[in-house]
Amino acid sequence: MNRKWVSYPYFVWMLIFIIIPSLLILFYAFTVRDEQGIRFTLDNFYKFCEPIYITVLLKSLGLALFSTFVCLIVGYPVAMILASKQFSRSTTLSMLFIIPMWMNFLLRTYSWLTLLEKNGIINAILSFFNLPRLDILYTNTAVVLGMVYNFLPFMILPIYTVLMKIDGKLVEAAQDLGGNSLTVFSKITLPLSIPGVMSGITMVFMPAVTTFVISKLLGGGQYTLIGNFIERQFIQLSDWNFGSAISMIMMIFILISIGIMSKFDEDKGGGAALW
Amino acid sequence: MKRVLAGLLVLAVVLSTGALAGCGANNTTSKGSEEKVTLKVYNWGDYIGEDVIKKFEEKYNINVVYDTFSDNEVMHTKLKSGGGDYDVAIPSDYMIKRMIDEGMVKKLNFENIPNYKYIDDSFKNLGFDPKNEYSVPYMWGTVGIIYNKTMVTDKVDSWNILWNDKYKKQVFMLDSQRDSIGITLKKLGYSLNTKKMEELENAKEELIKQKELGVVQSYVGDEVKDKMIMGEAAFAVVWSGDAVFMKRENPDLEYVIPKEGSNLWFDSMVVLNNTQHQKEAELFINFMCETDIAFENADYIGYSTPHTEAKKQMSPDLLSDIAAYPTKEQIKNCEVFEDLADSIRDYDRIWTEISAK
Amino acid sequence: MVKRIIMKSYLGLVLLFMYLPIVVLIVFSFNKSKSRGNWSGFTLKWYGELFQNSQIMDSLYNTLLLALISSVVAVIIGTFAAIGIHNMKKFKKSVVMNLTYLPVLNPDIVTGVSLMIMFVFIGSLIGLKMGFLTMLLAHITFNIPYVILSVLPKLKQMNKHLYEAALDLGATSMYALRKVIMPEIMPGIISGFLMAFTLSIDDFVISYFTAGSGVSNLSITIYSMARTGVKPTINALSTLMFVSVLLLLILINIRASREEKRKRQYDA
Repeated sequence: MNRKWVSYPYFVWMLIFIIIPSLLILFYAFTVRDEQGIRFTLDNFYKFCEPIYITVLLKSLGLALFSTFVCLIVGYPVAMILASKQFSRSTTLSMLFIIPMWMNFLLRTYSWLTLLEKNGIINAILSFFNLPRLDILYTNTAVVLGMVYNFLPFMILPIYTVLMKIDGKLVEAAQDLGGNSLTVFSKITLPLSIPGVMSGITMVFMPAVTTFVISKLLGGGQYTLIGNFIERQFIQLSDWNFGSAISMIMMIFILISIGIMSKFDEDKGGGAALW
Repeated sequence: MKRVLAGLLVLAVVLSTGALAGCGANNTTSKGSEEKVTLKVYNWGDYIGEDVIKKFEEKYNINVVYDTFSDNEVMHTKLKSGGGDYDVAIPSDYMIKRMIDEGMVKKLNFENIPNYKYIDDSFKNLGFDPKNEYSVPYMWGTVGIIYNKTMVTDKVDSWNILWNDKYKKQVFMLDSQRDSIGITLKKLGYSLNTKKMEELENAKEELIKQKELGVVQSYVGDEVKDKMIMGEAAFAVVWSGDAVFMKRENPDLEYVIPKEGSNLWFDSMVVLNNTQHQKEAELFINFMCETDIAFENADYIGYSTPHTEAKKQMSPDLLSDIAAYPTKEQIKNCEVFEDLADSIRDYDRIWTEISAK
Repeated sequence: MVKRIIMKSYLGLVLLFMYLPIVVLIVFSFNKSKSRGNWSGFTLKWYGELFQNSQIMDSLYNTLLLALISSVVAVIIGTFAAIGIHNMKKFKKSVVMNLTYLPVLNPDIVTGVSLMIMFVFIGSLIGLKMGFLTMLLAHITFNIPYVILSVLPKLKQMNKHLYEAALDLGATSMYALRKVIMPEIMPGIISGFLMAFTLSIDDFVISYFTAGSGVSNLSITIYSMARTGVKPTINALSTLMFVSVLLLLILINIRASREEKRKRQYDA
């Protein structure tokens, strides 16, 4: 194959804009600055090995994982419907799922506040019909809701593009051979869509771990998440060394998680197979 | 769909050539009038009268590049690492102290700022700039409790009310370590600039207790304004400038500065160290201190001005409002934030422990 | 028939979830009061103010320009990168993919700050100042992974022998790329473009640290307004943006369905 050269521009780009900045982060993570100047050390990593910080990390991973799962459960059927014949595989319709994301993030989240608040719109409607109130603002549920809302399109789109090209004849053949719709789904559609599912999971999970504005606004700052914590190290404390170290630890955790997930991907080409 | 992509590509090219042409045009005009200086100003968002910049540009024939930031620390991070080349900035008190210590700001030549005489004397020589060499106050205010009169029967005059378990889920605390720990220190009778570990530990216990009592609905940021207006909770810790706005939108709200004292804050104008245009920068600061302009700014933003003449033009309603212009007596226990230096790590640790509970 | 109704109502439900906040946002663009906590009557004044506010208009222009250029460039670089990566051996592939994840893995603040340090450093060497260009480079960087991640599954799905067959039939590799591979992976490219565009429009932290003085996008403008309260002017702007995108979409849809109809008639 002589097609590898087409990716060379990307390698140059990667070298300048990904590898060099990452080396900077690496440098910060393994150094501290004190009176004697800059010296190499592992202190930043030891510092993180306290139960309180580990809790923060695990909590963030857990929340992100759960949100990714919900995105998958909600998003997969959407992608399937969009890719089905009944909707003539409409690209326009799939656009409808991403357009809301073009409105500013802060405004969208404020809107959620307006909807979910004690005297918010949803509760007003519920009480009009004498239904029980919905008090989920400032709970984990609200944070998950916010994450699902913001990342759902990133799950739907990759699955949809993959499903669109699955040969309809395969499905028909399976049906003709007497497979019920559940068998057809689990034996044909699902396995063939795995590459799209993996992309979707990756694109939702990674940013979900590091997000902090959602947890700040919808979780009410009740607990610290890892993204939040790193942000504070960099901005409030100007401690780029510790911040970089946490960032690296988190990166390793995420890559491991993705590695485990991509074991489901048949040819393990999704990346992270290193681990 | 391919055609759509192609169309977008063309659009991108058109737009970017437009942008380049625009830049080119700018360059030629600046070459045309060689001496026209460009002054770069860095301020909080939506924190200046709408026509003020234009008036300044016209009056002095100076170009102004005006950018905004969202908080002190973010601004500091950017300036410190050389990411911005501004001439004038308007940070808050403790940040100014830090910038002075780090050599990021320039001493002002007050001969170029004659309007400085209008600044209220009680706002000069404050802790963050003790000899008043670096900064000119722009806006000021306090931190206090705003409460909804229809939801509270007790007398509100102390921070203790925020620890009263009668008010379950009725308190909005600030999602800011410095402010929340600060008011707790005040409640306990300490200085809000303390670096003593023992006092900080006490404050931590107090904040954890508050959380466990279940009075806190959440720790919030700027969205607290809308929430209090909607009546989402009975109490909130807020900045006075916002309190004025909230009271106007919802007359049931009332603002108090607790008797134990609180935080007194300032946003002041400074000239940054790497400026090429110190004279023009001082001209700008002086312009901001002109009576009409100071009034226009304060009127638009709704915060309190330190300008004595501009204050006189304010409506009597506002002048009698404790949220806007408290008396000397009301703020006698208040303190201005100082830079915490390394102790900020202790604050951060405490805050992480509180939020991990 | 029942199946279709179930499908439709499920889509409707998810769309409701997506659009509920947008409706709220639009409604409050007509609110007289600056606060969303207080509905004090209908007004159009924010729309009037919008067009006089040069700061908002400038940042809108920057935002759109940035999103468009960065996503187009990211699509070009990313698509070719994906083709190359797809043909790599397993070990090399996973190394490259892990590196590709980095800009997405890092919290925005880490990506933003590290890019800023680099730009300042390189800038001091070659006399380049932070500005629109640095911001654009940063946006392209965090957009590329999303393009790669959406194109790769399509490549995996493609029949490996299609390309070779084309070559055997005498196509040059460039011709085969254009005529065989591209059409196959087009849906992936389009969704990659859409995602890149979306991310670019919405980014605040990275933009903030990589923008130079005098350049600002909508996110920077909006976030910095938060202290004194985000004004409904921004809601008004979002409403206008939303309505124009929707109109454009409907227009494209009508044209597409008309073309399809014509094609069907022609076929018949």
